[in-house]
Amino acid sequence: MKRVVIRIALAAVLGIAAVSAASAQTLNTIKQRGVLNCGSNGSLAGFGLPDAQGRWTGLDVDFCRALAAAIFNDPNKVKFIPLTAQQRFTALQSGDVDVLARNTTWTSSRDTSLGLNFVGVNYYDGQGFMVRKSLKINSALELNEASVCVQQGTTTELNLADYFRANKMKLKTVNFATSDEAVKAYDSGRCDAYTTDASGLAGERLRLANANDHIILPEIISKEPLGPVVRHGDDQWLDVVKWVHFAMINAEELGVNKGNVDDQLKSADPDVRRLLGTEGKHGEALGLTNDWAFRVIKHVGNYGEIFERNVGQGSPLKISRGLNALWNKGGLQFAPPIR
Amino acid sequence: MSDMATTTDTRLMAGPPSFVQTRPLDPLPPPMKDSGAIGWVRQNLFSSPLNIALTLVCALLIAWVVPPIIKFMLIDAVWDGASRADCVVQPDRPQVGACWAFVIDRIGFFTYGFYPIDQRWRVDVFFALLAFGVGWMAWLDAPRRDLGVIYFFIVMPVLSVILLLGLPAIRLPSVSTEQWGGVLVTIVVATVGIVASLPLGILLALGRRSEMPAVRMFSIIFIEFVRGVPLITVLFMASVMLPLFVPDAWSPDKLLRALIGVALFSAAYMAEVVRAGLQAIPKGQYEAAMALGLGYWRMMILIVLPQALKITIPNIVNNTIGLFKDTTLVFIVGIFDFLKSIEVGRIDPNWATPVTSTTGYAFAAVFYFIFCYSMSRYARYVEFRVAAGDRR
Repeated sequence: MKRVVIRIALAAVLGIAAVSAASAQTLNTIKQRGVLNCGSNGSLAGFGLPDAQGRWTGLDVDFCRALAAAIFNDPNKVKFIPLTAQQRFTALQSGDVDVLARNTTWTSSRDTSLGLNFVGVNYYDGQGFMVRKSLKINSALELNEASVCVQQGTTTELNLADYFRANKMKLKTVNFATSDEAVKAYDSGRCDAYTTDASGLAGERLRLANANDHIILPEIISKEPLGPVVRHGDDQWLDVVKWVHFAMINAEELGVNKGNVDDQLKSADPDVRRLLGTEGKHGEALGLTNDWAFRVIKHVGNYGEIFERNVGQGSPLKISRGLNALWNKGGLQFAPPIR
Repeated sequence: MSDMATTTDTRLMAGPPSFVQTRPLDPLPPPMKDSGAIGWVRQNLFSSPLNIALTLVCALLIAWVVPPIIKFMLIDAVWDGASRADCVVQPDRPQVGACWAFVIDRIGFFTYGFYPIDQRWRVDVFFALLAFGVGWMAWLDAPRRDLGVIYFFIVMPVLSVILLLGLPAIRLPSVSTEQWGGVLVTIVVATVGIVASLPLGILLALGRRSEMPAVRMFSIIFIEFVRGVPLITVLFMASVMLPLFVPDAWSPDKLLRALIGVALFSAAYMAEVVRAGLQAIPKGQYEAAMALGLGYWRMMILIVLPQALKITIPNIVNNTIGLFKDTTLVFIVGIFDFLKSIEVGRIDPNWATPVTSTTGYAFAAVFYFIFCYSMSRYARYVEFRVAAGDRR
């Protein structure tokens, strides 16, 4: 009996060892496999959601396509694996997915004790408010004594209470078990305002009887930086994922987009030349080809294009850039230079 | 002698008096108040004060519930449209009911999930194969049911696996199970669960009543353990914990994990249902079978199980219907079954309206109801057939 137990334990340890050994060369494994495994959301509008034809769409989904384009020169060599919030970290740790692009908030405990590395922020989210236009309110600071519909037992509820206390305003919360109920109650007039993450507000607004009667207030009262994640222990793969993200932001900053990228190959601007690989060997240093960023922009686009297509003006969500504008346009999106 | 004959003759000759009826009168119809529709209503709906009260309450309830449903589902419904704009309230359309345009637009995704569009005919062929097999097995008077069994349990599963997963050797591109979804997944999980759980359940039930201690202990431990944990936990363990312990190459397919979980889970429940039937068979039946010199398996197969299964049909069907609906739990492990594909559809901002969710869920309700109710009707028919002996 004892021997059996030892044998099983040994097998388990060897199994884990095998997994971590494999994970040290993620990029090679992916190249051999011929397809990138991407952990996605599957049910969040604008970030990861299948459309009527069963095609994946979204900001996070396009990030994985960009990775596949950089590695294989083919944005379709990616397998999207829908993960629930509970599954996502074990799926990444166990090697079921190579990268997790699933609107995951960057926090210290996830970055350290969970054994994960956040590569950057591809969407700065935060909690916001939606109110009726007829209230003639332009700022969340005017919400004193307002009743607010909120989903029970979430950090959203706690942030709401904190914000009102910090600004010395009186708050009447109306709690609901699900966001569906909260939205219905707000729509039927039981509360003055509804609060959840700003990216979610845009989607919920469309579900109201008369979407145009409601506005989203500009204040964001919590920090929810969302970004792609890889596991500890493979710095090369971390670099690849990180620089694909930075390349898309740099491309937007340099004005290189899907439409003009072929012409930009002839550009004399040294920054553009280094980005597109006409100068230097920055791709080889990553374990990719030198035209890696060219492939990303050619097949998927720069950060601004991805944003507008999935959550911005080109989508039904119509979220404004806000914090996600480039650093030189009043936002937070900033990428180190390629050189 | 001759005297008697004459008297008889004269009586006959005279005939009966004219005031006596020669033939019986046609029966009069029962009084109006006891016959026809009025009589039925009086007897069944208004026979006592309590009955009258119940009838009125029910009628009010129906009048209160049904018209709004019909209004929402049919009269105010939107049948064609291309986006959310067609399903929101407009000045010329103050009332919007169910947005069937959304369901029509998404029906492909609800049925096939991510299955590549140009390969979807394979799923249709699978549905046809399955329907043919189910029909052959379910029609009790069908010809060559022995061939049907071979088809259903050997030919069809092999064909289906080749068809659905693909076999590049015969120019069927492979489609991994991650791309399966919608009705396809629901049907596959339910069929495998139902087909695997009955034989496994019977074996476990026999094992639990076995006199061999090892077999009995195994059966008891398995049944009690599986019944003691929720299905969600089983699925969750299989999908989240398993990959941590076994290397990549060994870890089975995600859908396969869910299939095994569902099959084992329903087998444990089925075992207890069958055991109830076994216990209801009088001991005399066992003793008589043994006295005839039948061995254990022949006694079970020829004498005990036919009787035991007959009396457990309602419970078996109960389990089966429960299992069909439990398949929705596979969404927990990231598999897009029918219900999940509707949930995903209703989030789509292109179709986000106040009625989208309601429409999606109404469609799901109709789908599940049709399947579960057909199963229940079929079970009634089988019960009626196998109970023919009891009605003599």
